Amino acid sequence: MAKMHVAMTVNGKQVEALAEPRMLLIHFLREELGLTGAHIGCDTSHCGACTVDLGGRSVKSCTVFVAQADGGEVTTIEGITGKGAALHPLQEAFRTHHGLQCGFCTPGMITRAMRLLAENPDPTDEEIRAGISGNLCRCTGYQNIVKAIRAAATTMAGAKEAAE
Amino acid sequence: MIPGAFEYHRPTSLDEAIALMAINGDAARVLAGGHTLIPMMKLRLAMPEHIIDLQAIEDLRGIGEDGGDLVIGAMTTQQDVIGSGPVARSWPLIIEAATQIADPQVRARGTIGGNLANGDPANDLPAVMLALDAEYRVRGPNGERAIAARDFYRSAFVTALEDGEILASIRVPPSPAGTSYTKQKRKVGDYATAAAAVALAMDGGRCTKAAIALTNVGDTPLLAAEAAAALVGTPVDEAATRAAAEAAMRITQPVADGRGPADFRTHVAGVMTRRAIAAARARAA
Amino acid sequence: MNDEVASAEERADKLQGLGSARKRVEDARFTQGKGDYVDDMKLKGMLHGDFVRSSHAHARIRGIDKDAALALPGVHAVLTAADLKPLNLHYMPTLAGDVQAVLAEEKVLFQGQEVAFIVADDRYVAADAVELVEVDYEPLPVMVDPLKAMDEGAPVLREDLAGKTEGAHGARRHHNHIFTWEVGDAEGTRAALDGAEVVAREFISYQRVHPCPLETCGCVASMDKVNGRLTVWGTFQAPHAVRTVASLISGIPEHKIRIVSPDIGGGFGNKVGVYPGYICAIVASIVTGVPIKWVEDRIENLTATAFARDYHMTGEIAATRDGRITALRAHVIADHGAFDACADPTKFPAGFFSICTGSYDVPVAHVTVDGVYSNKAPGGVAYRCSFRVTEASYFIERMVDVLARKLDIDPAELRLKNLIARDKFPYTSALGWEYDSGDYETAMRKALDAVDYKALRAEQANSRAAFARGETRVLMGIGVSLFTEIVGAGPIKNCDILGLGMFDSCEIRIHPTGSAIARLGTISQGQGHATTFAQILACEIGIPADNITIEEGDTDTAPYGLGTYGSRSTPVAGAATAMAGRKIRAKAQMIAGYLLEVHEGDLEWDVDRFRVKGAPERAKTMAEIAFAAYNQAIPGIEPGLEAVSYYDPPNMTYPFGAYVCVVDIDIDTGVTSTRRFYALDDCGTRINPMIIEGQVHGGLTEALAIAMGQELAYDETGNLGQSTLLDYFLPTAVETPVWETDHTVTPSPHHPIGAKGVGESPNVGGVSAFSNAVNDAFAHLGLTHTQMPHDHWRVWKTAERLGLTG
Repeated sequence: MAKMHVAMTVNGKQVEALAEPRMLLIHFLREELGLTGAHIGCDTSHCGACTVDLGGRSVKSCTVFVAQADGGEVTTIEGITGKGAALHPLQEAFRTHHGLQCGFCTPGMITRAMRLLAENPDPTDEEIRAGISGNLCRCTGYQNIVKAIRAAATTMAGAKEAAE
Repeated sequence: MIPGAFEYHRPTSLDEAIALMAINGDAARVLAGGHTLIPMMKLRLAMPEHIIDLQAIEDLRGIGEDGGDLVIGAMTTQQDVIGSGPVARSWPLIIEAATQIADPQVRARGTIGGNLANGDPANDLPAVMLALDAEYRVRGPNGERAIAARDFYRSAFVTALEDGEILASIRVPPSPAGTSYTKQKRKVGDYATAAAAVALAMDGGRCTKAAIALTNVGDTPLLAAEAAAALVGTPVDEAATRAAAEAAMRITQPVADGRGPADFRTHVAGVMTRRAIAAARARAA
Repeated sequence: MNDEVASAEERADKLQGLGSARKRVEDARFTQGKGDYVDDMKLKGMLHGDFVRSSHAHARIRGIDKDAALALPGVHAVLTAADLKPLNLHYMPTLAGDVQAVLAEEKVLFQGQEVAFIVADDRYVAADAVELVEVDYEPLPVMVDPLKAMDEGAPVLREDLAGKTEGAHGARRHHNHIFTWEVGDAEGTRAALDGAEVVAREFISYQRVHPCPLETCGCVASMDKVNGRLTVWGTFQAPHAVRTVASLISGIPEHKIRIVSPDIGGGFGNKVGVYPGYICAIVASIVTGVPIKWVEDRIENLTATAFARDYHMTGEIAATRDGRITALRAHVIADHGAFDACADPTKFPAGFFSICTGSYDVPVAHVTVDGVYSNKAPGGVAYRCSFRVTEASYFIERMVDVLARKLDIDPAELRLKNLIARDKFPYTSALGWEYDSGDYETAMRKALDAVDYKALRAEQANSRAAFARGETRVLMGIGVSLFTEIVGAGPIKNCDILGLGMFDSCEIRIHPTGSAIARLGTISQGQGHATTFAQILACEIGIPADNITIEEGDTDTAPYGLGTYGSRSTPVAGAATAMAGRKIRAKAQMIAGYLLEVHEGDLEWDVDRFRVKGAPERAKTMAEIAFAAYNQAIPGIEPGLEAVSYYDPPNMTYPFGAYVCVVDIDIDTGVTSTRRFYALDDCGTRINPMIIEGQVHGGLTEALAIAMGQELAYDETGNLGQSTLLDYFLPTAVETPVWETDHTVTPSPHHPIGAKGVGESPNVGGVSAFSNAVNDAFAHLGLTHTQMPHDHWRVWKTAERLGLTG
């Protein structure tokens, strides 16, 4: 099938490539751009391991054609690490609170958590659980993930206050 | 996991989209949020040769009010519907149902039009639109027309849409005060084992108006007219509620699947009806 | 004199040794998306492989037409059994002494079975090519009910075994029979049952489920023809065993094969065995001369890879009227699918199912297990089961509850009455296992007190009365599980995988400037070995854990080991690590003696240094000793500072626990809510409490999933009902309750650091606790047992049968 020209902003950088329209965004990110942080864990848009931020929303990139993302703005886990390799508070919190084991769901989970906290900076545990209900984890039982997100929310609120 | 190949189109107007659909006929499908179509394409259950992506058609987006009615563009995402102040204030039933669709990421992309137009009996919003007696505005090669939601669903994946027609917007009349969407599912993200949408109004302790519709217990969303009639004129007490639930159960023809055998799903439809009625009644006060 | 030396406690804290909640070193890369999983690999010239799979559960293959697929641009090859047969690779040996088809030759035996392997430029072309291969099937009658597998007239499945009346585990009495395994005292048990005051009987099924790690299975195989070396990166829980097996079946000598397990996104036993995808990728790489990547999708993973359980158990438990268990008998029908690919130690075709006397002092017992073939995917041992321990523990925990109902004794009370007393250890069970240590009574009482069990039962009594009066439609259930499990396979004398003894290993090298690298024969798939094994070493050799690199998974550099599954890493490799550490310390002591000019016997170890006895200010730290090892010419001592230990454990280890689960069941919807789950685990010495807690949370979540909704169910045509995550139940954060964890510590007397392992425990104990709770909710109405999973419709059907739904 004929390829189309796609151009988009990924982690703040302009990228362009030739790709088949049917290419799933997750494959474009992983194989064309070498951004292998987001992962593939299912075939039916359930697991959320492929979650990226597209146009300011958490999106399952396995359920988006690269053609749809043409002209769009994408942030992946690779774009979440702070400048000068400073870790994002979520990355710190996941480590501090043991919110990961095998690491496979982690990039999608952190990317989702980032958007969740942007939309709801002070979530209850219940809101966190509902907020990450599109991200499956087989290792942690979610409890420490919820703790980590809660802790990051507090840190980020504190930093925001300090900045103001 | 890998969809078949297709040619991609991104029209900037509804007329352009309609023209593209007309040219390509059966080989074309419209793409809204993609969270029904793309999973089907990945399993190769659907293999359109042309994809008409509606994302650039601004006219298809937006939430507004017109003469007391709610008008929602078909490409409005669930997330935007849920975040809408006017919808929350005056049509909370839509939000209560939309919040129970899938998960946050799916709602970020999934559109109200997609949920309503493809005729999937498992989708949640059709029953809501039946209960609220909404109207769908569709446009096609022969122009524009309005179709009542209650006339829209023919059988599984078969709707009143003619070839080449696209759902453009949904018009919802004012909602009664007492509404509830009660859904049983195996887990967050699952389709309903059974769900009930109830919209009712009370006056002086009596029900003056009621509508009940069911999700995923037939090959279309089901308008439970007899069930609703069993409430009107009553104080919506135990006797009336039981009559309504039994009437609702009588019209179900659920598929047996992982959610359970048919008799269980019919039973749950009855329970959801009961609980939705109780919740709606409490809100109607 | 130099700076004031910090106290022993302060120095020990700095080491972050045993008991420290040390943060994980793995997290830096995972939280930044810099993990290295097999599907992240991209090698020059790499091609992609994908399978054509059977849609039929049982059918003859009349023909395969590859022409259209081969004509598709970008397709390099389409392999079928005919291509593998000349290499004798169309079948491969399984870990259970059977053979498994790599590509189906004359027939297919389960839905999803591999029929052809496409090699193409990329995964998109490969997927298109898969659609173009035409297979002509002639359907055959399907057999998916293990209870009917050995009926006269049951369809013949394994034509390749026609006439073979001897299998790998003894005589075969029917064409669908695999083995019969038996242990215990048949006569004594029969007599005890016959003469018993009370006997309770029950048929208990443990449904087929799937470990479903978030990352599916896959590999990249690369044959370097110039150097004659094969390298395979893949999702291997036992990389060395894979290397040896690959050598045996390919004929490539083992020193020319390198197997690498990179980061693995969860294993749970799904990634132990060798799959057709690995063999086809290797063959394709040899044929094409370029690297071949094969990564399956989720449907393939659920349909064709190692499932778990499918055990159908008839139990009989005898007791005195006042509740002393006098005998236990179990007969099991085990459904292994189309090929017996069970990853059990060779001598144990039913794994360690004979741990089924559990935590109880059962004087006599007898177990028989009949393995059968069916038109389902091959396998059986997986999913945090420790080789059938999940099945055994579920069996005994349900039987004890069934007996409790029959005797009208409280289930916790019955457990307290029969548990093995703390002074009986080491305890040899009636089925031959020597339990190393345990204190079940302390654990049980602590658990019951923590949840205020008496108050819960009182509340339940009130709520049952309210239900009977029609005041509520919710029934409360309380489930208790007092489990003992057996892990740490295992002593070479009785534990081997394909003849490879189940020892494990650790090799350590200390660098001149005092940091170290250690390599192990295990491989983490999320268990945090890089963090925890450094903690073991830190204690043994006095170097901070942060200064110790742990590596696993590359067979070129790691010492031989049998990998990670069945909670064996801590018991076996952890022991090897401690022993290797002690060898380092022994040499260090000699070096210190030389440096301090005393006899080594005049030195004592103090956290991170050797001190002269009686003159403690005269000391040498491990860091100083390390440098000296490279710097000093010491008579009689080789330079350098390294050691290796291959550890053959003297016994298995026996972690245990006491769990209590409280549920509320909405009778009208069949929905069960978990109100409370309390889990007390005893895994002996606790290396890293944070990691232990994480393992328990994860295992309990898997237990919830199994008990409350997971199943791989086949209809009568052999069609699998749960091949995607739409229907295979993986709980989200919303369905998962908050877990309360607690612990006691009863070290293993035979383990160098007293540690037992914990990964499997929560799945073992958790399923029983959930299932006992659901069963308990209806027990007062006459229910003895209802089968898992306890999903909404089944619970409602139970209520309906009991007359509650009218």
